[in-house]
Amino acid sequence: MGNHQHHSETTLDVNGKPHTLTVDHRRVLLDLLREDLDLTGAKKGCDHGQCGACTVLVDGRRVNSCLLLAVTLDGCEVTTVEGLSGDGEEPHPLQRAFLERDAFQCGYCTPGQICSAAGMLAEAAAGHPSHVTDPAAPTGEPVPLDREEIRERLSGNLCRCGAYPRIAEAVEDVIR
Amino acid sequence: MTHREEEPVTHREVDSATSRGAAGVGAPAVRREGREKVTGTARYAAEYRFPGRAQAWPVPAAVARGRVSGIDVVDALAVPGVLTVLTHENAPRLAEPDDPTLAVLQNPRVPHRGWFVALVVGETLEAARAGAAAVRVTYDTEEHDVVLSPAHPDAYVPEEANGYPAVRERGDPDEAFGSSAVRVDVTYRVPPLHNHPMEPHTSTARWDDDRLTVHTSSQGTGAVRGVLAELFGLPKERVVVTAEHVGGGFGSKGTPRPDVVLAAMAARRTGLAVTVALPRRYLPAVVGHRAPTLHRLRLGAGADGRLASLVHEVTTHTSRIKEFVEAGAVPARVMYAAPHSRSAHRVAALDVPSPSWMRAPGEAPGMYALESAVDELAAALGMDPIELRVRNEPDAEPDSGAPFSSRHLVDCLREGARRFGWDGRDPRPRSRREGPLLLGTGVAAATYPVQVWPSTASARALPDGTFLVRINATDIGTGARTVLAQIGSDALGVPLERVRIEIGSTELPSASLAGGSSGTASWGWPVHEACARLARRLAGHRGPLPERGLDVRADTRGTADAESAWARHAFGAHFAEVAVDTVTGEVRAGRLLGVYAAGRILNSRTARSQFVGGMTMGLGMALTEGSTMDAAFGDFAESDLASYHVPVHADVGDIEAHWIDEEDPHLNPMGSKGIGEIGIVGTAAAIGNAVHHATGVRFRELPLTPDRVLAGLLGHRTTNGAPAGTAVSGSDAVPRP
Repeated sequence: MGNHQHHSETTLDVNGKPHTLTVDHRRVLLDLLREDLDLTGAKKGCDHGQCGACTVLVDGRRVNSCLLLAVTLDGCEVTTVEGLSGDGEEPHPLQRAFLERDAFQCGYCTPGQICSAAGMLAEAAAGHPSHVTDPAAPTGEPVPLDREEIRERLSGNLCRCGAYPRIAEAVEDVIR
Repeated sequence: MTHREEEPVTHREVDSATSRGAAGVGAPAVRREGREKVTGTARYAAEYRFPGRAQAWPVPAAVARGRVSGIDVVDALAVPGVLTVLTHENAPRLAEPDDPTLAVLQNPRVPHRGWFVALVVGETLEAARAGAAAVRVTYDTEEHDVVLSPAHPDAYVPEEANGYPAVRERGDPDEAFGSSAVRVDVTYRVPPLHNHPMEPHTSTARWDDDRLTVHTSSQGTGAVRGVLAELFGLPKERVVVTAEHVGGGFGSKGTPRPDVVLAAMAARRTGLAVTVALPRRYLPAVVGHRAPTLHRLRLGAGADGRLASLVHEVTTHTSRIKEFVEAGAVPARVMYAAPHSRSAHRVAALDVPSPSWMRAPGEAPGMYALESAVDELAAALGMDPIELRVRNEPDAEPDSGAPFSSRHLVDCLREGARRFGWDGRDPRPRSRREGPLLLGTGVAAATYPVQVWPSTASARALPDGTFLVRINATDIGTGARTVLAQIGSDALGVPLERVRIEIGSTELPSASLAGGSSGTASWGWPVHEACARLARRLAGHRGPLPERGLDVRADTRGTADAESAWARHAFGAHFAEVAVDTVTGEVRAGRLLGVYAAGRILNSRTARSQFVGGMTMGLGMALTEGSTMDAAFGDFAESDLASYHVPVHADVGDIEAHWIDEEDPHLNPMGSKGIGEIGIVGTAAAIGNAVHHATGVRFRELPLTPDRVLAGLLGHRTTNGAPAGTAVSGSDAVPRP
């Protein structure tokens, strides 16, 4: 059981910087970010894709990073909460809105909520329907995000402190 | 962003808090650590990096009762990257802890399923996890019993229920009940509930010679330090515990849990820094849970609605190794003016995990049952449930006779009724229908005691004009840093931004835990005192300050814990509007509204978040959250977040929290009562009462999941009788002429 059988060289672009690592095949993206790159913004709440605290963007789409084997992501672009605002010192509008709305308490689900909201805004803009989207809505057109759409689309991100109403308001602030 | 005009209230609050700097007590100051939390730089317990840090993975017992007869670690040790396996045979010996749940890996006894029987330490998470899967454990098993019933033969009357007397009685409640004109005699059931903070219980430990440093996810590091010093035979001075950021606790991190003991043992054995981050599915068995409660309520009243007798009896479970009694009957001692009353607890020690605190222990399940029964009494009397509560408002605390320091329950009910639009409600059940939906509204009261513990704090004036406040408070998401800085700023009479604050470490002046809604009162008191005394010293100081500044220290021992002649409680009123789908049985709570009387509110922004958060957890308790003990395996069947359903975004409609200005001079220098728990207390009853109003069916077992609701609705339609755990309105209330 030599090392070579269980590890592979993998290159990921994380927050705009390339990283080439020798990755344990069992390592999920979440652990790679947290353990190998010290990007601990993505949180481990359940390790089973049930809570959303680990949500990051892979090639612009939101994913539960605890469910993705890192070795399968060779060549992908990963954006975490630390990289959401690009190189700038200014926080991303979602981050600012969460702060202004007090859309969190303990803060543990917050990076996942924010990354999920960023991914969700892009999905709606690209015309992806949700469970509550009017079936008669035109295909491929941006989906307007009312409160019900926001709630539905963010339901994969749990918040035990109960900041949901404030989170929905923060997302609305950014949409408007 | 154009939303500022459209949401004027919130943003006016933000602007005043940030731009003018006028953010003393009461102002909506923005969370001090907020920027770190939204940008992902706030560090939690697993996120402290040390060179060569190892990871550990526990192995839970796979039987409900017995002994470990053998542990084969050969395969585990052969897993590449596994460093060691700790078992009861080789783990460091610990002094006997006061809390038996912390005696991990000390003997082969298995008191319940999920008890840790081994810990695998690996260079990586993957190695530790694979190693844990390779540990072979054999057991001598014994018959187990995990199922609570009202007549369980092992049930006994404990001395105390979470610190309160287990039984209180006044007058002759049985005789008074029997001779009452209108009687309600009902049973309610609340299932086991799990805290499930978003950050699982986690600790990182390292030893430096004989000094132990721990980063842990805890509601109070002082207790963690004390326990570790005791277990490992160290003077306290050689143990440092920090909890800079904590991803929620809700009671389950109130005292140390096994993770911190395991991390310290593994670090000592390996000589490395070791992180133990408990897997989510392992939490329910080892971090405490809200024990199931079986309630029997007997309310006897005159035709005018005045209570003659109030009897609340609770049966619950605890584990074989630790007695914890969910004090569900305690709020009955506070709420209503019944001349005859009994409030009593019985508990059965079963082969179950040890229960512990969960947000509003006692009050949350107890007030669900009591406030549901009061609603049943209102229905039996044909009286408005608000008026019934007003009619039974006591002049003094019913159990003790002590005067209330302040009690504005009636004001909360009236103000809530006004805001909610209660007046004009058609009280008849099933009076509102929209297509397949039955609509209803409900109300319930809430109460939570004022608790405060002695703490110490220091305040320092520095030559650059800033101030440093230091206290080992813990911010588990409440906004403790922020509100304590506000209290300091007010007492010093200086702008908020000139006050720095350090919390979350045993290196700081010692302070009590974040629990029992006591934090702000307990910590704010010495902060206020130190800052006020520092301000007086500065007023008399001539010339520049010394380089290291001027220091004042305050200790509230003897004052904060002085006996009070007053009965001190927060009160609240909850309103709910629900829609019950008659096709699917789904209940949706579209509107929740709470009004609280909790002394002075010190930060309107973070206070609102706590109230709403409590109500959200109450929504979960009402509709989605419930755990069950598997009788055959002795395990919680719902042990992860896919099976134990905490509310999600889509479950949460419109939630409003309001409060009334309450001046109470008998509390603390800030005039505050706790606010972290009362939000959950009346929510489930308000929702349940609304479901009864909507459907005419009284469900008496939580949660109100579609299967139960549908069965209840069908029972109502087909037989006009009641399936188990439900009853048609008023059917077992006994009105007499």
